[in-house]
Amino acid sequence: MNTPSDVGKQVLGPDDVRRAITRMAHEIIERNRGTADLALVGIQTGGVWVVEALAAEMLRIEAAENCGANPIVVGSVDASLYRDDIGMRPVSPGSVSDLTFTVEGVTVVLVDDVLYTGRTVRAAIDAIGDYGRPKAVQLAAIVDRGHRELPIRPDFVGKNLPTSAEESVSVTPNGVTITQGTDT
Amino acid sequence: MSRSLLSITELGETGLRRMLDTSDHMAEVNRRPNPKVPALRGKTVCNVFFEDSTRTRLSFETAAKRLSADTMNFSVSQSSLNKGESLRDTVETIAAMGVDAFVIRHGSSGAPWQIGEWTSISVINAGDGWHAHPTQALLDMYTVRTALNRPISVDGGSFDGLRVAMVGDIKHSRVARSTTEAFKLLGANVTWVSPKTLLPPVHDESVVANLDEVIEDVDVLYLLRMQNERMSEALVPHLREYTARFGLTPERAARIGRHVLVMHPGPMNRGVEMAVDPGELPGSVINQQVTNGINVRMAVLFELLGSGSENSLTGNTES
Amino acid sequence: MNILITNGRLIDQAGERLASVRISDGIIIEIGDQLAPDADNSGAEHLIDAAGLVISPGFVDLHVHLREPGREEAETIETGSRGAALGGFTAVVAMPNTDPTQDSVGVVEFVRQQGKRAGLCDVYPSGSITMGRKGEQLTPFAELANAGVRLFTDDGNGVQDPQLMRRAYEYASDLGVTMAQHCEVESLTAGAVMHEGSCCSHLGLPGWPSLAEELMVHRDIELVRLTGASAHFLHLSTAGSVGLVRAAKADGLPVTAEATPHHISLTDELLASYSALYKVNPPLRTIEDVMAVREGLRDGTIDAIATDHAPHVSETKEMPLDQAPPGMLGLETAFGVALAHLDMPLADVVAAMSWKPAAIAGIADRHGRPIALGEPANLVVIDPGEAWEVVPAALASKSRNTPFIGVPLTGRVKHTILHGDITVRDGKAQK
Repeated sequence: MNTPSDVGKQVLGPDDVRRAITRMAHEIIERNRGTADLALVGIQTGGVWVVEALAAEMLRIEAAENCGANPIVVGSVDASLYRDDIGMRPVSPGSVSDLTFTVEGVTVVLVDDVLYTGRTVRAAIDAIGDYGRPKAVQLAAIVDRGHRELPIRPDFVGKNLPTSAEESVSVTPNGVTITQGTDT
Repeated sequence: MSRSLLSITELGETGLRRMLDTSDHMAEVNRRPNPKVPALRGKTVCNVFFEDSTRTRLSFETAAKRLSADTMNFSVSQSSLNKGESLRDTVETIAAMGVDAFVIRHGSSGAPWQIGEWTSISVINAGDGWHAHPTQALLDMYTVRTALNRPISVDGGSFDGLRVAMVGDIKHSRVARSTTEAFKLLGANVTWVSPKTLLPPVHDESVVANLDEVIEDVDVLYLLRMQNERMSEALVPHLREYTARFGLTPERAARIGRHVLVMHPGPMNRGVEMAVDPGELPGSVINQQVTNGINVRMAVLFELLGSGSENSLTGNTES
Repeated sequence: MNILITNGRLIDQAGERLASVRISDGIIIEIGDQLAPDADNSGAEHLIDAAGLVISPGFVDLHVHLREPGREEAETIETGSRGAALGGFTAVVAMPNTDPTQDSVGVVEFVRQQGKRAGLCDVYPSGSITMGRKGEQLTPFAELANAGVRLFTDDGNGVQDPQLMRRAYEYASDLGVTMAQHCEVESLTAGAVMHEGSCCSHLGLPGWPSLAEELMVHRDIELVRLTGASAHFLHLSTAGSVGLVRAAKADGLPVTAEATPHHISLTDELLASYSALYKVNPPLRTIEDVMAVREGLRDGTIDAIATDHAPHVSETKEMPLDQAPPGMLGLETAFGVALAHLDMPLADVVAAMSWKPAAIAGIADRHGRPIALGEPANLVVIDPGEAWEVVPAALASKSRNTPFIGVPLTGRVKHTILHGDITVRDGKAQK
């Protein structure tokens, strides 16, 4: 039997998510003055679809403004081998990292669906560093739910969403849902 | 309760598939300019080799270091064992120094199981007697899966229909036992090619007694190492005769298809089971086996030491 | 010492009945169904209430390794004798694989004297068939027979050379002694660790084929047929061996056989634990073999239950299987294990542990006697229904190599009486 907490509470709908992505795409282009020497890197596994959505939106914007655009460089990184809680809880690699471009000299925008303690981002930054020395690393997340445990701050946020630590947040193209109970 | 890898039997099909998945991550790490990750910082892996095997020890040591674990090596020659210290005393002494995993190579079947009884530390079987060599089986599966581009993972995929011939001394081979079992778990058909003197006394595998009978009907030709001492035990009359019946000679090499993978666990006896230059075989994946040994051993170390729970099959970690 | 055992169920060769037994100066002096404590001499008479218990002749073990002289760290004749008494044994035959070997009158006398000194059990040394058990030169059978040796064996090894064994049988046939063979063709068991079968194949352990035992059982049956000597087969473990002995007995040949408690209770599958506790010689076999050995005991093909009590210090059992020595303890658990695994009347189990082995050991004049007036008081009082478990610290043996720790057993020795003295009372050794 489903209790209300199993079902969860939808706080953003599909249109909200789409609009957030569009706004973030504009901000990323604006901040970086275009898409040259820029790479979007999704954190496995939740950030991967967000990268795809952002890249598609950025390509659309660039094409419309400049009458044609270069493809957006994308990739993904699995941070599980860099986590600081290895050995403390079940950890297993998600999907294999896919970083086929040269990181050296590129501005990497790390992308995740939810920003929470910041520990995954820390691990992902370390992982990126093992591929080379990027010009800069920026951070984008659709939802920032607070509760940071490290001095990490997003550059691009879709929605700030105050939550309690006893809740978990799920983000898909269909919306954002808050559920009681921590995910493990 | 510690987590250990003792045999393919105990790992099971799900565990085997999972190790292959994790090996993909490690292979990606090993392709990087800096093939090292901090995953096992602060962990200590002790290689305890009661039997010499430089290649296996180096493979484990490299794997541990690429995961940033500290390594210790403890080699026990057979002669110092006979000084009267029991296996248990040896193991308890090393355990007291504070290690997180034992990588055990032992000439006696079952020694890793005994050690597992006496210590709460993770035990990885790096080969015990004639019995089991699970990381060899893993690297063999990973090599075949990669070479054939077969998408085998926890989500599915199999070696269904794959015809494997395992050739040579099955009886005394931990590689034959573990690798045969792993192939069968993933759906391959395995035929043992061996004289009766080199077969286990009781088994239910299909067997042919001459390599020529199957040479044109295999997808994987797995040659086992033929040891000289088998001759003195009258298990084969002469190595020349062994090569004639079971060796990969130039004549046989000409008969195998170009798609056929040729495998060997090493070290090879050139001129005996391998009577051609493996470099000239289009399907030789022997070097890939060695490379993949590091990938799968990293996966094993990470799965055993990098997870805090028995049930590490649960999903993603988001925080 | 004067002892009155009241209201027990007597089991001996004469059958079963309820009675009380009075003992004085080592002799049974009175048997009746209404014996009362001696009024004149109360207090000097030890009373044992055997209501609900069984009184039988003391057990006789044809096959124990007491390790003294040579390996006293594993067992001494005193500690082994104490274990024997706790197991209900009043006599044991000590195997000759000591260091030095029991191949001379001096060593044999030493063992006998140590047994006397301990005073817990009569210790009958066997003699080796060949000097140093090397399988090369016969020991002085007649000298040893004069010193009381009745059973000759190279146990630990079989005599490999058929010609030498033929001479042994021929020479022994004049002396009224018995050759006891450990049946193992060693060229078939080099390096072997466990029974050869599907388990060993899977476990990657060198196999010990049944053939290695059966070939020598067959050889020795034919040598008995040829020479007219008598033979005893130690620790039969295979269905084939049982069949060979059954056929030999049907032919009227003077052969006897024994089986161990572990070969009627444990199988080779236990080696999957890789625990050296399960390494024995001959090895644990398959369930089919176990059933055949049980049937052999049931139909009398196998005469006796003998423990092959083989103590080893724990360090040696904490080695890899191929390096650990074979053998397990047996004396203190034999009756409980036998009773649990044999579908036989209690009287037949007692026979296989008492008067039948006494006859094979050549000591039927003192042990395994009927419970009757004037007979020597070598008795055991047992509770066939008592459930118990082996507690390691309670073992009298110096060693702990038994897989029966923590295994529920039924049937326990309560009291043991040797030469009219109580050696075990309420399950506790009296010295």
